[in-house]
Amino acid sequence: MQVSRRDFLRLTASGGAGTAIGGLVGLGVTLAPATARAQELRIKDAKTTPSICPFCSVGCATLIHTVDGKIVNIEGDPRSPHNEGTLCPKGAAIYQLHMNPNRATKVLHRKPGAKDWDVVELEWAMDRVAELIKKTRDETFIEKLPNGKLVNMTPAMFALGGATLDNEFNHVCQKFWRGLGVVAIENQARI
Amino acid sequence: MPEPMGFFTDTTVCIGCKACEVACKEWNQLPAENGGVGELSGDSYDNTRKLDGIHWRHVRFIEQFKAPYDGRWLMMSDVCKHCVQAGCLEVCPTGAIIRTEFDTVVIQSDVCNGCRACIAACPFGVIDVNPVSGTAQKCTLCYDRLKVGLEPACSKACPTDSIQFGSIAELRTRARKRVDQLTAQGVKADLYGADPDGALGGLNSFYLLVDEPEVYGLPRHPQLPSRNLSKSATFSAASAAVLGVLALVGLRKRRMDEQSRGGGGAGNV
Amino acid sequence: MGSNMAECHPVAFRWPMKAKLNGAKLVHVDPRFTRTSAMADLHVQIRAGSDIAFLGGLIHYVINSKRWNSDPFFREFAVNYTNAATIIGDDFKDTEELDGVFSGMVKFTEPTFWPYNGLEGRYDNASWAYKRGPKAPGPVTKDLIAKRAGPPFDDLVRSLKPGPAEKDPTLQNPHCVFQILKRHFARYTPEMVERVCGSPKDKFIKVAEMLLENSGRDRTSAFAYAVAWTQHTYGVQMISCCALLQLLLGNIGRPGAGVMALRGHAAIQGSTDVPTLYHSIHGYMNAPSALRPHETLRDYMAAETSPTSYYGNTPKFLVSYLKSMYGAAATAENDFGYDWHPKILGDHSHIASFAAMADGKVKGMCCVGQNPATSLNGGATRLAMRQLDWLVVKDNWLTETATHWYLGPEAKNGEVKVEDIKTEIFFFPSTQIAEYDGSFTNTQRMLQWHSFAAKAPGDCRTDSWFYHNLAKRLKKAYAGSKLARDQGWNNLSWDFDPDAGEEPLYPGEISARKVLREINGYQTADPKQHLKGFAELKDDGSTTCASWIYCGCYPAWDQNLTARREPDPPGVPGAHLKWGWAWPANRRVMYNRASADLKGNPWSERKRWVWWDPTFVNPPDPKTKKPVPKGKWVGYDVPDFGATKAPDAQPKPDGIGLDALSGTQPFIMRADGRGWLFVPAGLVDGPLPTHYEPHESPIQNPLYKQQTSPVHKVWAPGKPYNKLAAVGDPKFPYVISTYRLTEHYLAGAMSRWLPWLAELQPELFIELGHDLAKEKGIQNLDWVVVSSPRGHIRAKALVTHRIGVMHIAGKPIHHVGMPWHWGWMGLSTGDVVNDLTSWVGDPNVSIHEGKAFVCNVEKA
Repeated sequence: MQVSRRDFLRLTASGGAGTAIGGLVGLGVTLAPATARAQELRIKDAKTTPSICPFCSVGCATLIHTVDGKIVNIEGDPRSPHNEGTLCPKGAAIYQLHMNPNRATKVLHRKPGAKDWDVVELEWAMDRVAELIKKTRDETFIEKLPNGKLVNMTPAMFALGGATLDNEFNHVCQKFWRGLGVVAIENQARI
Repeated sequence: MPEPMGFFTDTTVCIGCKACEVACKEWNQLPAENGGVGELSGDSYDNTRKLDGIHWRHVRFIEQFKAPYDGRWLMMSDVCKHCVQAGCLEVCPTGAIIRTEFDTVVIQSDVCNGCRACIAACPFGVIDVNPVSGTAQKCTLCYDRLKVGLEPACSKACPTDSIQFGSIAELRTRARKRVDQLTAQGVKADLYGADPDGALGGLNSFYLLVDEPEVYGLPRHPQLPSRNLSKSATFSAASAAVLGVLALVGLRKRRMDEQSRGGGGAGNV
Repeated sequence: MGSNMAECHPVAFRWPMKAKLNGAKLVHVDPRFTRTSAMADLHVQIRAGSDIAFLGGLIHYVINSKRWNSDPFFREFAVNYTNAATIIGDDFKDTEELDGVFSGMVKFTEPTFWPYNGLEGRYDNASWAYKRGPKAPGPVTKDLIAKRAGPPFDDLVRSLKPGPAEKDPTLQNPHCVFQILKRHFARYTPEMVERVCGSPKDKFIKVAEMLLENSGRDRTSAFAYAVAWTQHTYGVQMISCCALLQLLLGNIGRPGAGVMALRGHAAIQGSTDVPTLYHSIHGYMNAPSALRPHETLRDYMAAETSPTSYYGNTPKFLVSYLKSMYGAAATAENDFGYDWHPKILGDHSHIASFAAMADGKVKGMCCVGQNPATSLNGGATRLAMRQLDWLVVKDNWLTETATHWYLGPEAKNGEVKVEDIKTEIFFFPSTQIAEYDGSFTNTQRMLQWHSFAAKAPGDCRTDSWFYHNLAKRLKKAYAGSKLARDQGWNNLSWDFDPDAGEEPLYPGEISARKVLREINGYQTADPKQHLKGFAELKDDGSTTCASWIYCGCYPAWDQNLTARREPDPPGVPGAHLKWGWAWPANRRVMYNRASADLKGNPWSERKRWVWWDPTFVNPPDPKTKKPVPKGKWVGYDVPDFGATKAPDAQPKPDGIGLDALSGTQPFIMRADGRGWLFVPAGLVDGPLPTHYEPHESPIQNPLYKQQTSPVHKVWAPGKPYNKLAAVGDPKFPYVISTYRLTEHYLAGAMSRWLPWLAELQPELFIELGHDLAKEKGIQNLDWVVVSSPRGHIRAKALVTHRIGVMHIAGKPIHHVGMPWHWGWMGLSTGDVVNDLTSWVGDPNVSIHEGKAFVCNVEKA
């Protein structure tokens, strides 16, 4: 297999970990002093972190460039045998998942019957949810069915979601609910 | 000096995914039209419609069907052609538009005064004002990336390598091979802008097409607006003349668009 | 088929396009001419929902073709590597004999304690079983259960071994699988395909010929499918039908072959493996169920263990899993805490749960990273959610699910008064991908780690943080409870706080590495001693491992193989074994023993993948120190077979697990080591794929009297929020498919808020053909109303020849299609297409029928 110029550019661009620009060697061109001003490279001196695209299931590898802890660029990781640095439009837009004024950043609570949300404290909301889970569990728990079968469960709570989230989330989620006796645990694999 | 660099776009492998459009916007931090709130164009899957100051890449969709399921769907990612003889560069009164060491054409935003002469001078309708900067903008062929040995954002992102980046000499060889391959398969394919003796001295972004250029919204004979001008003309006279010629080009382009929507036809512009 | 790969998996589509440049042929069979079709050498239109007729037609064509009957490769593969030669019991009756129904049909009665199974009927599958010789004498399973035998549980597993299956390698016996399937598909002719599918006969034959030409020793063909094969009342059978065809063509377990599932989400494979799914516990073990003989640990093992395949190790998988749940409290004396583990009551799947919620049986819901308000029968789903006592939504964006109570269509049109909704609702903001650590499992079963790069704003926390911090609160709340029902929770091991020295990313954040370590597993006595692979698992509690299939991804305390990013160098025809980690055992092609012939040689040089090297000198067995004879499976991939098990190895008479299989049985997860053309057990809707009509169809089934799958699911039958159209209902004459676009993501939360994506596809549309548009007086961009028995929505018309009329059983049937990404939140908004879909689904997996139903279209 020949390595085309393009592959080469992708490979050199990937560099290693550390800084964004791995090296300029081997381009086959002399980089003469610029005859015109180019915009300062956005990822100059950026830190590179390996990541994975969170959209579909192909698992394209990405590189996240940060400067002072702030994301400045996200593009494909040229080393990946899946995507070789390429991305689709969604993958190319991962930057906007993060750097987006529309992002939700506050905890909201709606009282029964209320017409609008209240902004609430994270810790208070967590306490309240834990309280509701315990209440529902205690009120609906089934140790044995009428036919005498031991089931130690409650069908009254439903946990949904996980296919967009990490394996580690899925483990924690299913262990939490199964530990409590909740069996209605589902994610997007069913739809 | 580096070799001339550019794009070869093989439209036969374009899947119309628009990764190039978004990767370009991401790298160049270009805004979406109206913050992303828009209306369906009704023109197949093309909703950004054109190249302009905030769309430096644009994917065109051409549905050519005779009857249900009987036809083909052409897609092409369009971009600034980085003409060897660039009309925009010639008419720019402030010297904002330059030719780089990679033989690409770049508008220096901080030198541009927004006079719009280049917009009218481009035979391909590539340039427009970016409302954020108030200056004329277009594809830079990722000049900032090229300078440090990185491939342009769009071609890097392209999942099927429809957009290929490289030295023009190598790309032309590759493109001719691809034409031969398609021809052997019985597909009529031609290169557009690959000929250094052709229009505008060749385009540093050239295309492989399977239909007439007009079908893709490309002029059959793109012309340098300044060609008819006397070299001794004063600047103001030149500008006036350019604007006159350009009105004509604009009209032609509109006509071409109408033809291409009608499904082809070889209008000789 | 069943996939629009170029649009929905554009980067994966890079590889078919590369193959095409190298001369491969690409065929797209789809009701629409999509961006995938545009790239294909051949596009064949097919009526939505008729894929089994098409695939069955291919099977019929293949087994009657000259090529298949003259090239010995096909027969060699079929006779030895599939169950083609196996004899089925005399009681079996095929759909050809019973007009669309198999033998064993019985009535299904909903259990009163959980009436949400939705099954229309049920099969007793006894008559589908292999014909067998007498069982070997030995201890009886029920005696072993009664005397609480084990651990070790080997005797229990051995007691499950059935007698040997009868075979006819000449394939002549009329009761052998090959003859049964030949009869089963006899009427699936090219003419019938055209009549049922609307696919032109000449195009269909072209597909069949291309497949035959591109299959054999030297060439392989692959199928790619996605949710267009799952979202049906017989979706599993569609995939099964494809597997059947591919086995007949020798296209399984070989490079460039197979049936590829193109899944939709970054971790949807992971969330199936690590199951946030009701029906399964880790590593595809069935969830303990009140409807199955799962009363005790040993009952479960007896019911769930396949004694003569790798699943013979189920007791080891199960005990190691229970150890991961209950830690030190799980002992041999208390059956490793099996009784604490909850049992399911029946179907608690997505739709079943919403159906129960609508009835007030589900009181609370936590929705994390999913948007059901725009999913399946959206109106019914939102109605169900309005019955909840409490609802928690945790997401990156304020979704339709979070806002349905005041912004949903029912609130907007006044049907529901906001103040009447009694639900207490929470919204918690989440982190984005760059803001935490963890792993995704992609569609290739590959785990890939992503690392933290930047802090999230405001109150955004990881989704693991949410459950971790709830667990801590609930551990405290139940501490000291003496109630029997609380002992499972109190004994649940919960140790995910970062170890000393590891900084949490956010206050109270888990250590994702620690979670993956628990999934991988370790020696119970020393958690720092990680398990290197599932071969190390024990059934006595000495190993702790949540997921046997993930065992090996973290083989040492400081060795996270999912984080590897080392591709093969250019020019190596490798499997990139040092990039990430794929289950099982970092294997990239499953059942790859089938890539070699009976003697272990590659079928051809061109298709070399894994082969037997008889000269390989093995080191002595590390445990017994005994010498190991020469010979080993080697190749580009991790062999999916006993590493030193020779091709001429014979099954051990008393053997369980892989010892019960010979050196020529590649399908080691199947009880007979063979690929199943005929499925004797495991599917609830029949041993062979059969063409049925979608629940809502414009026509009578042209093949059988039986209209639909006789056992498919209908939830909330007769309820006003799940009305269904009758066959050929003139009020809903058009076939509709829902689908996705490249530019958006699923229910839209992750794309409709992104300006760069929103501008690419700014509004909802319906694609309809010129003929229908003309008939209805609809112009391009006109607003139209689309209705189904469940509801009606508005969309703009996109009039195109890429979809249109098909002639089905002599009747012109118009197809329309709608992408379903929209809702009322975001920069790009539109009506909820899933308000049209219904609560009917597949009886095996409870997936809804979203790809083929009926509707009406009128100019607004």
